[in-house]
Amino acid sequence: MSERTALSEGLGHTRESGSGVRDAIHAEWTKLRTTPGTALLLLASVALTVAIGLLAIGWARCPETGCGVDAAKQSLTGVQLGQAVVAVLAVLVVGGEYSTGMMRTTLLAVPSRGTVLLAKATIVVGVVLAAGTVAVLGCVLAGRLILPGHGFTAVHGYPPLSLMDGAMLRAAGGSVLYLGLIGLLALGVATAIRDSAASVGVVLGLLYLWPIIAHMVTSVRWQRHLEQAGPSTAGLSIQATIGLHGLAIGPWAGLGVLALWAFGALAGGGLLLRLRDA
Amino acid sequence: MTATVTPYTSSQPAGRVSFGTMLHAEWTKFRTVRGWVIGMAAALLATILLSLVSAAGSHRSVQAAPGSPPGRGTGIASAPVGPDGEPVNDQFAFLHRTLTGDGSITVRVTALAGSVFGPDGPPPGPDTGAPEPWAKAGIIVKSGTTQGSAYAAVLVTGSHGVRMQDNYLGDTAGLTGRVSSDAPRWLRLVRSGATLTGYDSVDGTHWTRIGTAHLTGLPSTVEAGMFVASPPHSAFRQTFGGESGETLPSRATGTFDSIDVRGQWSGSTWTGDVVGSDRENQGVDRFQTTGTGFTVTGNGDIAPIAVNSESSVERTLIGTFAGLTVVVVLGVLFITAEYRRGMIRTTLAASPRRGRVLLAKAAVIGPLTFVVGLVAELVSLVAAKPIMTHNGFTLNPIGVATEVRLIVGSAALLAVAAVLAMALGAVIRRGAVAVAAVIVVIVLPYIFGTAAVLPAAPAAWLLRLTPAAAFAIQQSSPAYHQVISDYTPAQGYYPLAPWAGFAVLCGYAVVLLGLAMALLRRRDA
Repeated sequence: MSERTALSEGLGHTRESGSGVRDAIHAEWTKLRTTPGTALLLLASVALTVAIGLLAIGWARCPETGCGVDAAKQSLTGVQLGQAVVAVLAVLVVGGEYSTGMMRTTLLAVPSRGTVLLAKATIVVGVVLAAGTVAVLGCVLAGRLILPGHGFTAVHGYPPLSLMDGAMLRAAGGSVLYLGLIGLLALGVATAIRDSAASVGVVLGLLYLWPIIAHMVTSVRWQRHLEQAGPSTAGLSIQATIGLHGLAIGPWAGLGVLALWAFGALAGGGLLLRLRDA
Repeated sequence: MTATVTPYTSSQPAGRVSFGTMLHAEWTKFRTVRGWVIGMAAALLATILLSLVSAAGSHRSVQAAPGSPPGRGTGIASAPVGPDGEPVNDQFAFLHRTLTGDGSITVRVTALAGSVFGPDGPPPGPDTGAPEPWAKAGIIVKSGTTQGSAYAAVLVTGSHGVRMQDNYLGDTAGLTGRVSSDAPRWLRLVRSGATLTGYDSVDGTHWTRIGTAHLTGLPSTVEAGMFVASPPHSAFRQTFGGESGETLPSRATGTFDSIDVRGQWSGSTWTGDVVGSDRENQGVDRFQTTGTGFTVTGNGDIAPIAVNSESSVERTLIGTFAGLTVVVVLGVLFITAEYRRGMIRTTLAASPRRGRVLLAKAAVIGPLTFVVGLVAELVSLVAAKPIMTHNGFTLNPIGVATEVRLIVGSAALLAVAAVLAMALGAVIRRGAVAVAAVIVVIVLPYIFGTAAVLPAAPAAWLLRLTPAAAFAIQQSSPAYHQVISDYTPAQGYYPLAPWAGFAVLCGYAVVLLGLAMALLRRRDA
């Protein structure tokens, strides 16, 4: 008798609308926070992004007016490496649970699979945006301090990097959003594949192989189409601040393509999560 | 009364698991995991498919403008082919007579001057400026005036001293320093059958042998005499987002005197000819007599063509990157899956000598990947070549030996990458992190180095120091020191020699395998 009461109370609790998602997010946050390695990965994403940024800035030279270097893009080169760490982090959020069998517990606690994925996506985007902001601010600061010494001066047409500048703000803010979307893409892929190592392989294959192929294809039309369609080639056009007409795809449209990839992967992963046994 | 209990000891001798048994065990593990077998098949298919798709998507749409200077920017489609099969430039002003049988020619070169064409064409008046670094004036014995035919020459250059060159590829240094009327250069070429020996001298009395060339199939009657060539003026500016280069035609004039020939030479007058087309110099008086000799004015070059990335055969092997991604995942999973399932404890119980477990794994995943890679690269090359040809490309003809190196080297690259991935997987024990790390250290430096994210100098360092150096194994065309061109990673030229670059990757794999073995011994499983 008392058992049945408890059961119905429990059911009543999970059916409470609204708080289910919030509880799920809280649960995901607790899991991520207490997983060893999360802090290290976040730290690595910031450190590696800034480190590559510093190298790219250190090598950049602008000897004369019209040297054609996109100072903003150059400073944000590290995002190319940072995205790999972000992908690993996002893949582990779901892949790690499959490898330990934790996923069954998670789904037992929150039976609505859409809610689980939503909660995981929220947490991933939250931490990635936070880490990404720190990393990008570090890159911009480094560029602002170092680039003028390498010939990127107002005389050569390069005012110091500043977030007050519209294009620079778009490049910097867009890079943070880019990392967030990469996190979602990786989360979706990992939900579909369920194996961490294979998922990382697929995501990094998409991010890194696509530009290589686009670079190798010599047909201008194909090259353009490939650059317009690739998650990283289109998405990273958000970093451009000069020569926008020469881009295969505009900055925001490019980020939109990446968003399509990310939400497409998430939708596919969510569908498979619904259909399959854990 | 206490009974003495003798602990059980096996009557079997304390044997060791043989390495063969361990290999067999690891092979059984790999073979029986369905996902891994599918993964290997996927690596094969992905490699071939990407190569084919990339070849199908490449069209040569822009034809080089007719009459544009040879070298960079132009295809190798219409280029003559040298005796060794490589595309060559063979264009020069030639003041010649025929020589039958053995003989020799000796000249003194007293000046070599040059000029670069402006946008409006050739500069007026005689050449008075500094010659191009590889402008050439000297004596040559050539099997005929056909482009691409065999030759041997002794020549002075703009800024590389006296050289003896033969059959486009051979190049030996002689006297150093620039030629001038105060420092003339005496050159001598002696023919004996098919053997040509070159000499140089500062005074015409004391001669130094520079080198010897054997020209196979040299006919008895050959064309011999004085020649001048001047390769296009090239200026490459290393910038971000690609390098900008400009090439302008150039011209050079050499002054010869004290001409002395020995042997059976035809007639007594020298015939002036231009080998190859020389559209730019029309109206220029190329051959003039001075009191004691001649001046010869010419352009062009006698040298191999530096092939740009568009015509490189390794373009057909682009699928290697897809295969690489898959075998890295498989290599990592081969060890991390054991940790995830707890299988590693069984493995180590069965073969307590822990280091050898990793060696056995490497000995399974490495050769297996090599064989799969060999098939994938061979099919890629054989199938993608006709597609590229159909799409209008003239691929640089490379010898069979180079093609074998490309295929075997790429397969070996995949195999070593798989072993490296397995070793890193054993060190990190986290599959996702290991896969990401291996892909990042191999692929990202390649992107940074070749896609013009960085200027040429740091790009070259990336391709020396990181595992991405191994892609040098796919470089099909050598960089020629005697030809100025854009030898950057973006054009498919690597800073390290093919096998040296591959050795860098092997070095990383060996170090990581050693580290993994040491850690496996020290750590609890």
